[in-house]
Amino acid sequence: MRRLKFLAGLGALLACLLSNAQVTFPVNGVADPRTGCYAFTNATIVKDGQATLSKATLVIRDGKITAVGTNASVPKDAVVINCSGKYIYPSLIDIYTDYGIPQPQRSQPAGAGGFFAPQQFASNTKGAYGWNQAIRSEVNAADIFTVDDKAAKALRDIGFGSVLTHQKDGIARGTGAFVTLANEKENLVMVKNKASAHYSFSKGTSTQSYPGSMMGSVALLRQTYLDAQWYKGRPAKEGENISLQAWNDEQSLPQIFDANDKWSDTRADRIGDEFGVQYIIKAGGNEYQRITDIAATKAPFILSLNFPQAQEVDDPNDAKYVSLSDLKHWELAPTNPAAFEKANIPFAFTAADLKDSKQFWTNLRKAIEYGLSESKAFDALTKTPASWLGVDDKVGSLDEGKLANFLITTGPLFNEKTTIIENWVQGDKYAVKEDAWTNITGTYNLVLNMPGGPVNYTLDVKNSTTANVIAKDTLTGKFSYDGKLVKLSFSTTPSHRPQGQMGQGGFGGRGGASIRLSGVNNGDIWQGTGVDTVGNSLTWTATFIKATEPIDSSKRKFPLRLGKITYPFGAYGWDTLPHQQNLLIRNATVWTNEKEGILQNTDVLVKNGKIAQIGKNLSDASAKAIDGTGQYLAPGIIDEHSHIAAFSINEGAQSVTSEVRIGDNLNPEDINIYRQLSGGVTSSHILHGSANTIGGQTQLIKLRWGVNDEDLKFKGADPFIKFALGENVKRTASTQGNTRYPDTRMGVEEVQMDAFARAADYQKQMKEAEQSNKKKGGDAQMSVRRDLKLDALVEIMNGKRFITCHSYVQSEITELMRVAEKFGFKVNTFTHILEGYKVADKMKAHGANASTFSDWWAYKLEVQDAIAYNPAIMVKEGLNVCINSDDAEQARRLNQEAAKSVKYGGLTEEEAFKMVTLNPAKALHVDDKVGSIKVGKDADLVLWSDNPLSIYARANKTIVDGIVYFDRDRDKELRKQISADRNRIIQKMIAEGSNNPTGVTPSRPSLQLVLHCEDYEHNDGLFETDDVNEINSQNQ
Amino acid sequence: MNKRFFIILITFLFAAFINAQDDIYPAPQQKGTFYITNATIHVGTGTVINNGTIKITDGKIAQVGTNISISGGEVFDAKGKQVYPGLILPETDLGLKEIANAVRGSNDYQELGEWNPNVQSAVAYNTDSKIINTLKANGILLANVAPTGSLIAGSSSTVQLDAWNWEDALYKRNTSMEFYMPSLINRRNRFGGGFFGQQQPQIDPVKEGLDKIEEVKKFFREAKAYSQEATHRETNLKFEALKPIFEKKEKLFVHADVVKQLLVAVDFVKEFGIDVVIIGGSESWQIANLLKQNNISVILSREFRLPETEDEDIDQPFKTPYMLKQAGVLFALNDDHDEARYRNLAFNAGQTVPYGLSKEEALQAITLNPAKILGIDDRTGSIEEGKDANIVITEGDILDMRSSIVDAAFIQGRKVSLENKQTQLYNRYMTKYGLK
Repeated sequence: MRRLKFLAGLGALLACLLSNAQVTFPVNGVADPRTGCYAFTNATIVKDGQATLSKATLVIRDGKITAVGTNASVPKDAVVINCSGKYIYPSLIDIYTDYGIPQPQRSQPAGAGGFFAPQQFASNTKGAYGWNQAIRSEVNAADIFTVDDKAAKALRDIGFGSVLTHQKDGIARGTGAFVTLANEKENLVMVKNKASAHYSFSKGTSTQSYPGSMMGSVALLRQTYLDAQWYKGRPAKEGENISLQAWNDEQSLPQIFDANDKWSDTRADRIGDEFGVQYIIKAGGNEYQRITDIAATKAPFILSLNFPQAQEVDDPNDAKYVSLSDLKHWELAPTNPAAFEKANIPFAFTAADLKDSKQFWTNLRKAIEYGLSESKAFDALTKTPASWLGVDDKVGSLDEGKLANFLITTGPLFNEKTTIIENWVQGDKYAVKEDAWTNITGTYNLVLNMPGGPVNYTLDVKNSTTANVIAKDTLTGKFSYDGKLVKLSFSTTPSHRPQGQMGQGGFGGRGGASIRLSGVNNGDIWQGTGVDTVGNSLTWTATFIKATEPIDSSKRKFPLRLGKITYPFGAYGWDTLPHQQNLLIRNATVWTNEKEGILQNTDVLVKNGKIAQIGKNLSDASAKAIDGTGQYLAPGIIDEHSHIAAFSINEGAQSVTSEVRIGDNLNPEDINIYRQLSGGVTSSHILHGSANTIGGQTQLIKLRWGVNDEDLKFKGADPFIKFALGENVKRTASTQGNTRYPDTRMGVEEVQMDAFARAADYQKQMKEAEQSNKKKGGDAQMSVRRDLKLDALVEIMNGKRFITCHSYVQSEITELMRVAEKFGFKVNTFTHILEGYKVADKMKAHGANASTFSDWWAYKLEVQDAIAYNPAIMVKEGLNVCINSDDAEQARRLNQEAAKSVKYGGLTEEEAFKMVTLNPAKALHVDDKVGSIKVGKDADLVLWSDNPLSIYARANKTIVDGIVYFDRDRDKELRKQISADRNRIIQKMIAEGSNNPTGVTPSRPSLQLVLHCEDYEHNDGLFETDDVNEINSQNQ
Repeated sequence: MNKRFFIILITFLFAAFINAQDDIYPAPQQKGTFYITNATIHVGTGTVINNGTIKITDGKIAQVGTNISISGGEVFDAKGKQVYPGLILPETDLGLKEIANAVRGSNDYQELGEWNPNVQSAVAYNTDSKIINTLKANGILLANVAPTGSLIAGSSSTVQLDAWNWEDALYKRNTSMEFYMPSLINRRNRFGGGFFGQQQPQIDPVKEGLDKIEEVKKFFREAKAYSQEATHRETNLKFEALKPIFEKKEKLFVHADVVKQLLVAVDFVKEFGIDVVIIGGSESWQIANLLKQNNISVILSREFRLPETEDEDIDQPFKTPYMLKQAGVLFALNDDHDEARYRNLAFNAGQTVPYGLSKEEALQAITLNPAKILGIDDRTGSIEEGKDANIVITEGDILDMRSSIVDAAFIQGRKVSLENKQTQLYNRYMTKYGLK
C-alpha cells in the first residue's frame, strides 16, 4: 500500500515535471520550463479541406502553431524535424464522446418500472434539484472530467486530438466540455468548459418510474421547456430549482440530441421546432432509409461509423429468423454517410459507438467506398464539429494561433496504406507507430564480420516482422523491428519447407543452429552485434540498397451491387410509394352501409381519393378499371381500439398521464399495418394502454403502408384520450403489490375527481392571468405554470377532446358517467365495456358509444360476466356499438368478429358489419369522411372475395384514399421478391464471413415489437416482444 | 404473494360467482332408440349424406344412411339443418384454469418443478367450470385436458363435457404424456443484455436446450430399463408413469414449434419406438414429409395467430394445415385462445378453407383426426355405426360464424343442455329491457 502511494506520488511528480507548468501550481523540485518549439519541414501540409501545401513547414511553440507555410522561417531554438515524404493533417475531432467522464451508476438494480413492478414516484437525486431524476441539466462534464490516458491513447491512435465529452445519462444530460487528448493536468486540456448541452429520449440510470415510455420522454422534455420558461419569473412556490436554472443557462449553447434512430431524429426535431431550438442530432445509422424526412429537419447530424456486423447465416434454420430489414440494413448501412452528403445535410462523425476503436478507419474507408467523398469525410472530422462548437479558432485546421494538434502520416490520410506515425496534441508528441517514420521495406546488404572475415547476405525486409535472408537459398529465421531496435536470427542452412516468407513465428526448426543478431537503426545503416552458430561474437551492418517495387496490390474494386431502399424498409415494402389514381370498380356487390343497403352488380368510381359516383355502367376515361365481378365491395374496417404501429403504448408511472401522446411515437413500419390491410382494415385508433386511470392522448391513423409517421395520421380528426378503470388501473396483477394510488374502484373515482377539480381551477387561473395580463400588457402565461396534463383535461371539459374509456364492470361504468356529468362533459366511448349490456340504458341516456370484444371473457376476475351477446343487447337498446380488436392478430379479421353477433343475439348481417365500419366512424367523429360507401367520402374500400361477414371471405384489395395499399396478386409477387432478396443478401453475408471470419457474430433472430393493453394473458409469438429494450439489447 | 390478499380474492370470487348456472344439469343416460331424420349428415370422413337418417340406440349410433326405417322411438326432424360429429378440443387446460392467469386460486394447470410425469390432469378436472357449457353450446363435446409445464408436465385425460364429476367425465384416462421441449432458438435472455454495463455471461440458449433434451432422453432410457423389471426394490413413481408410453398405451405429446425441435422429436420415435404427436408445430409445414415418414402427427395450436416472423407469408398459419394434408400428415386443429376461451374451434377450421382445405377436410381436422390422434376413433370422431352418438345439429355451416348456430347436441346419445352462464345472463338482461 505504501509502495503504491509512493509510486503514485512519483508519477504525479513526473507529470508535473514533464508537463507545461501551470503557473498557480507550486513546483516540488527544480523548475523545468520548456517552450517546446519545433519546426516540421519539407512536409505536405493539409491545412484544412481546401488548402494543401507541399514542401511546407509547420512551426509550433508553447503548444500552439506559430507559423505554417512554404516560406515559414524556422526559429533558431526550434527542434527541426524533417518530414520529407510525410503528410501533416490537423488532428481529428470527435464531437460525441464521454471521454474522461465516470460511468453513470444506477442507484438501485435495473428492472424497475415493469408493468407489474413497484414504482418509484420521487427522484433519488438529493438536493435542490428538479422533480425528475432523468432531468440532469445540472451536470457539467467539466466538473466530473478527469484525464484518462488509456482512453485518450485509444482515440489518439486513430487520429483524434480533441473531443467533446459529456455524461451520456438521462433525458437532459447537462453540459459537455471540449478537451484535448493530451496527457496533462485537466486544467490545461480543457479548451471550453461549457461547450454544449445534451438531451436524449432515454432516462438512463434514473430509477424513477416516470417516464416509462418514449411518449413519456417526449412529454417530460416538453413540460420541462415550459417549466424552465415559467421558472424565469422565479415563482415563489417553486423555491430554488437548480435543474431548471441550469436548463435555462444552457439554452445558449449548441444543443445536441441523442436521437439514435431515423424516427427519433424527426421526433426530436419536432420538439425543437415547438420550442425554437435547432438540435444537432446524433443519428442512429438508419437515416439513409428515410433521407428525405431527415433532410426536412434541417438539422445538422452526428453520424456514427458503427455498421452492423455480418451474422452467421450458414444454418438456414437460424438464418430464417433474421429479418429482411436486418439483412438489408447490414448491406446498406455503410451508405449512410454518403446519403447525408448527397442530400446536402451537414454532418460530423463520431467514433463513440464503435465497440473497438480500431474499426474506425476500416469503417470510414468503407463509407468512402460506398460513396462518401474524402473531402466531406475530412470536414466531418475537423472543421465541421469545430465550427458547430465555436472552437474553430483553436482546432479543426492548421493555422497560426491554433492548438498544435496535428497528425504526421506516411501518406494521404484516407489511403488504405497510410499509417499515422505521430499524433501531436497541444505541442506534445504522442507516438502512434514510430516505426513507420522510415519505410524499411526493401533490400539491404547484410554484412557479418565473422572471425573468418566478412560474409555477405541479402536481407529482404517485407515489413516490421517479416524478412528473408538470401544467400544461395532463402534461409529460415525470425525478424523484428520496432522503429529503433532490430532483431534477426536465421539458420545458415535452408529448411525443408518450401521457399517463401519467414514469419516471426515461422522458425522452421530443421535448419540446425542459427546466427543471432541484435542492433539498431541508424538511418540507412543498421548495425549491431551478434553471435554465430558456434557461439563466436560478431558485428554486423545492413545497408539499404533499394526499396521494394510496389506491387499494385490495391484491391480490385468490384462495382458495388446493392439492394434497393424500400418503404417501409423491409419485407413487403414499396420501391416507390404508390400514388393516388382514379379507379373504377365494376360490377361488384356493394355494401354501402347507407340506406341503399346492399347493391348488386354496381360500379363505384373513385376520383382524387374520394368516392365520386355509385351506379350501374359507369365510365370514366381517367380511371383504372378493376373488375369486381363476383366480389363484394365494402367500406374499410375501422378498429376503434388498437395498439399497433407505436413504439410505446403505456406510460403507467403515474395515475394521470394525460400529457403523453401516442402520436409522438408512431412506428409506420410495423408489419402489422400490412397484415391488417390484408384483413381489410383501413383506419385504426391507436390507444394508450390501460395502466392508469387517465392515460395518454390517442392517435387515429390510416393504414397508409409506406408513409412516414406524420403522414400516417388521420388528418382533421377530433382528438381523443384514453381513460381506464378497474383491475389494470388498480394494478391488481402487480406481482409485488401495488404502491400506486388508487387500489380500489373507490380510489379510481377520487383520481378522476381530483384531476378534473384541479383542471377546473387551472382553467380559471389561466383565464384570470390572461385577463390581468391583458390590462398590464404582460406575458399571459408567466404567472400560471402551463401544465400539459391539465391542458388535456381542460380540453375534455370544453368538449374539444374526447374520452374512450377502458371499462368492464357496471359499477365503474356508471361511476365515470356521473363524474363526467358533474364536470359538464360526456364520456364519448366506453371501450371493452364487457358489462355494457347491464347498463346499456344508462349509457344510452348519457350518450356514450360502446366498443367491445365479440366473445372474450374469463381471462380475469372483472370479465367473468362478459357475454358474447353483449354487442347485440347494446345494439337493441339503441347504442352505437363497435367491435374492436385490442390485438394485432384479431384486428386482421374484425369482419369475423362482427359476424359473431349474427350468431350471438341475432343481429342482421348489415347491422353486424356496421359495428366494424360505420359505427366506429361515428364513435370517432369521422363518419363524414369514412365508414360507408357514399359519394364524397374518402375512398377507403375493400374488395372481398365473399360476403364480408363470412369466414371464407378474403380481402383481395384494400384501398385507402383511392390508393391500393394491399393487393393479393401483388402480395404473391412480393413473396417471391422477399425470398430472392433474402437469398441474395444471405449469400453475400456468407461470402463476407469467409473473407473476414473475425467480423462475424452469431445470428440473431429479429424480434417484433407487439404491444397491447397489458390487459390479458398474452400468447407471445416466438419472436414477439413487448419490450423495446429487449430489441435494443438483442442488437447490441 | 401475500396470503391474506389471496384469501380475500378467493372469498370475493366465490361470493360473487358461485351461484351462476347451478340449474343446468347433465343429461341422464340415454336408453332405447331415437332418430335424427331429414338431415344433411357430415360424417366426418369427408362424406356428406343428404337427407339422411341416424338411428341411435342406447347411446350408440346404430345405423346411418338414407334408407333407414323408423320404428318407434323419438324423432328429431333435422330438415334444413346440418348434422356433424361432436367437435373435439384436442389439447386444453379446460377445467384446470378457470380465470386465466389472474386468479391463482382458480388455477390447477401447472405443477411445480420440471419432472412431473406422474401428475395426472384427470383428478383436478372441474366439471363445474363455467367455461365448459359455453363450449357445448358451440358444438364441442369432448376435450383432451392436459397439464402444462416447463419440461415433463404429466398426463392428460380425455373427457366428455356433460358430467357430474371427473370420474363421470372420463372418456379416456391418461391419453398423452406432455413434454414441453426446451426452445432451440438463439433468442437471448431478455434481461441478460445488460443496459448499464451489468453484462452477464450469455448462455447459449440452443446449447442449454439441447443439454436439457439429453437429460430427458436419459430419463426415458432409465425409465424404459426400469419398466423391463417386474418388481422393484424401490418404487419410482416418475418411472412408473412413463410405462404406458413404452407400451404404446399412451402417446408422447411434444410441445414444439421450430424445425430444430421437430427434428429432435424424431429422435424420440427412433430411439424409444413410441408414438409422438407434435403440439404447436408452427413450422411443421417445413418438414412435413419427414413427419409423415416417422408417423408423427401434429396438433396445430391455433389458426388465429400471426406469422412467426416479419418476412413470413402473411397467411402462413392459415395455409399450414393444407400443406400438412398435402404431405399426408395426420393433423388436428385446436383452439388455445386464452381470451375467447376455446369456443372458436369450429372457426379455426373454417379459417383454413380459403387457404386450401375443403370444408369436409377442415371438419375432419376437428373431429375424426383428433379422435385418431387421441386414440378414441373407435368410439367417436365420425357419424358411423357402432360409435358413440356424439352429434351436433346446427342451423347452418358450423365452420362459419354467420350460420354456426347449434340447435342440439348429443353426447353418448344424451341430449345435453346448451344453456350456460352467458345465455342465462343474456336472458336476464333481455328481460330487464323488455326485449324478449
